[in-house]
Amino acid sequence: MNLHEYQGKELFAKFGLPVSKNNVITTADDAVNACRDIGGNKWVVKAQVHAGGRGKAGGVKLVTNPDEAVEFANRWLGKRLVTYQTDSKGQLVNSILVEECTDIAKELYLSAVVDRGTQRIVFIGSSEGGVNIEDVAEKTPEKIIYEPIDPLTGPMGFQSRKISKVLGLDDEQSKQFLKMFLQLTELFISHDLSLLEINPLVITQGGKLHCLDAKINIDSNAVYRQPEIQAMHDPSQEDPRESEAAMSDLSYVSLDGNIGCMVNGAGLAMGTMDTIKYFGGAPANFLDVGGTATHERVSKAFKIILADPEVKVVLVNIFGGIVRCDLIAEGILAAIEEVGVSIPVVVRLEGNNADIGSNILAESNAEIVSLNNLEDAAKKAVELSK
Amino acid sequence: MSILVNKDTRLLVQGFTGSQATLHSEQSIEYGTNIVGGVTPGKGGQTHLGAPVFNSVHGAVEAVQPNASIIFVPAKFCKDSILEAADAGIKLIICITEGVPTLDMLVVKKRIDELGITLIGPNCPGIITPGEAKLGIMPGSIHTQGSVGIISRSGTLTYEAVKQTTDLGLGQSTCVGIGGDPIPGTSFIDVLQLMEADKQTQAIVMVGEIGGTAEEEAAEYIRENISKPVISYIAGQTAPPGKRMGHAGAIIAGGKGTAEDKIKKLKECGVHIAENLLQIGAKTKEVLG
Repeated sequence: MNLHEYQGKELFAKFGLPVSKNNVITTADDAVNACRDIGGNKWVVKAQVHAGGRGKAGGVKLVTNPDEAVEFANRWLGKRLVTYQTDSKGQLVNSILVEECTDIAKELYLSAVVDRGTQRIVFIGSSEGGVNIEDVAEKTPEKIIYEPIDPLTGPMGFQSRKISKVLGLDDEQSKQFLKMFLQLTELFISHDLSLLEINPLVITQGGKLHCLDAKINIDSNAVYRQPEIQAMHDPSQEDPRESEAAMSDLSYVSLDGNIGCMVNGAGLAMGTMDTIKYFGGAPANFLDVGGTATHERVSKAFKIILADPEVKVVLVNIFGGIVRCDLIAEGILAAIEEVGVSIPVVVRLEGNNADIGSNILAESNAEIVSLNNLEDAAKKAVELSK
Repeated sequence: MSILVNKDTRLLVQGFTGSQATLHSEQSIEYGTNIVGGVTPGKGGQTHLGAPVFNSVHGAVEAVQPNASIIFVPAKFCKDSILEAADAGIKLIICITEGVPTLDMLVVKKRIDELGITLIGPNCPGIITPGEAKLGIMPGSIHTQGSVGIISRSGTLTYEAVKQTTDLGLGQSTCVGIGGDPIPGTSFIDVLQLMEADKQTQAIVMVGEIGGTAEEEAAEYIRENISKPVISYIAGQTAPPGKRMGHAGAIIAGGKGTAEDKIKKLKECGVHIAENLLQIGAKTKEVLG
């Protein structure tokens, strides 16, 4: 689960990290007051969406009078911001962060992630900030430090000093950094983060470290024990069908093709998408209906798949594990009838009682093509999608 | 021969009396697995599926001497259950449960490594040695005894590989589902090492998917250490970046973890690639000659 920048900064502030004085607005009328509240004569206005690349897309602006902030808010609120990280539809802008302008002397990079290789929380720091860190890693790896946190000892002072050295901090800044390093680790662990990125972390003209951005992802497996984070959830940033599927415990991701896919298991669902592509078709979605493909789950899955107007055919690929395929077949039929599916459905059932299951489907009145191997089923679905 | 589990495995089931544990334990018993007991705190003293129920793993260890434990408890209790089994001295732990918080696994993994324990999972189908023991939720009927070792990050995709190798008459030595989470208890490399040493295994099928760099690391290991042929299929060739494909670990993030990168690396290291999931069995048969 992702947070907005302003929510990330709220958490930063709560943990004592230096962030700019700011206000979040949801109507253009509030922009003037927001600027006045903050004071000064320069502000940065930033569209709040769950995607990076906002600056280049026009979603961040420096303004020198409150009227410009109003203009910016009018331009973006209720509109969709398209960046290189979003799809072609972009993300809805519901709120705008108005911030005090910071005088920057230098931009640095700092992040922390759960690293699978070392199986540790790893801090990543670089003296090159404000840019794409992958590019820095490729071109000038010596400018990056990776510092893993041992779960037994927690973050240590010497590690902070190692990072400070790579960041090029002076003695005063290194002291300030130690405090930040400890605060960030505490935030990471106490809130079950999976990613925390400050890009850029800046040195102000006054010589202080300051968090100019805040990108935070939370481990979705742990959201259940983070009530504060749950309250920050913004469904407007998600595909409505993906959210609806998630509420029914189905895993769904919409794609650009026209063959709807319903599969049990995430790996097999990806494998099915690949197979469709292999035979020249285009999958409309990833959908994992879960280990037990019951009537209720299959019905819900059909509803979600058919809500996509592009879908011309549905390919159901179920590898029945413990559950018998004849029961799954009955569930599919009941779901088709209940949902009123009017486009062709190709079904491949495998596992216990697969033959009986296929017969049940073949003998029904529904428009179903029942095939018991994936190759034939995928080819058929591709043919029907053309 | 086989790896990790066989007919001498004495299995304990944690969360024994729950509905999923009951369903899958029944299937395991039917397959011939020796379930010596189960644990459900507060239900000690009862009998379930013909086996004694204990309040704690320690109580079960003392009474019925299990040498493996399978965990079906809810995700929020998995950390405690895994560490309880570890503390009680069980050396092979299988965690089926999906949705365990990643930071819980960071701590668990460090601890089980210190204790020299094998943890399979979480979020996995388990492990099976066909004809001997089934410790997991896979359908037993599709397996046959044979020469192919199968390792996979995904459940139903493993079944697909199993079915294909069964249909072609190859059969399986042992199949291990290591699970789709970012921090798995057991890696591809851990299982590859065991399969290299196992006489029954003549070829190894490694089913990977997008996300992380586990397949790349395995590829390097294979080049240096594995003499047996390895066949690999990578799922998620059509997955878009930035979207999590069901498994917590299956996401292309920061340009890393694409199927293309993994396939390239595997090929460089001498691994045979099944370009499509339909070809896993056929490719294995071809390689074995």
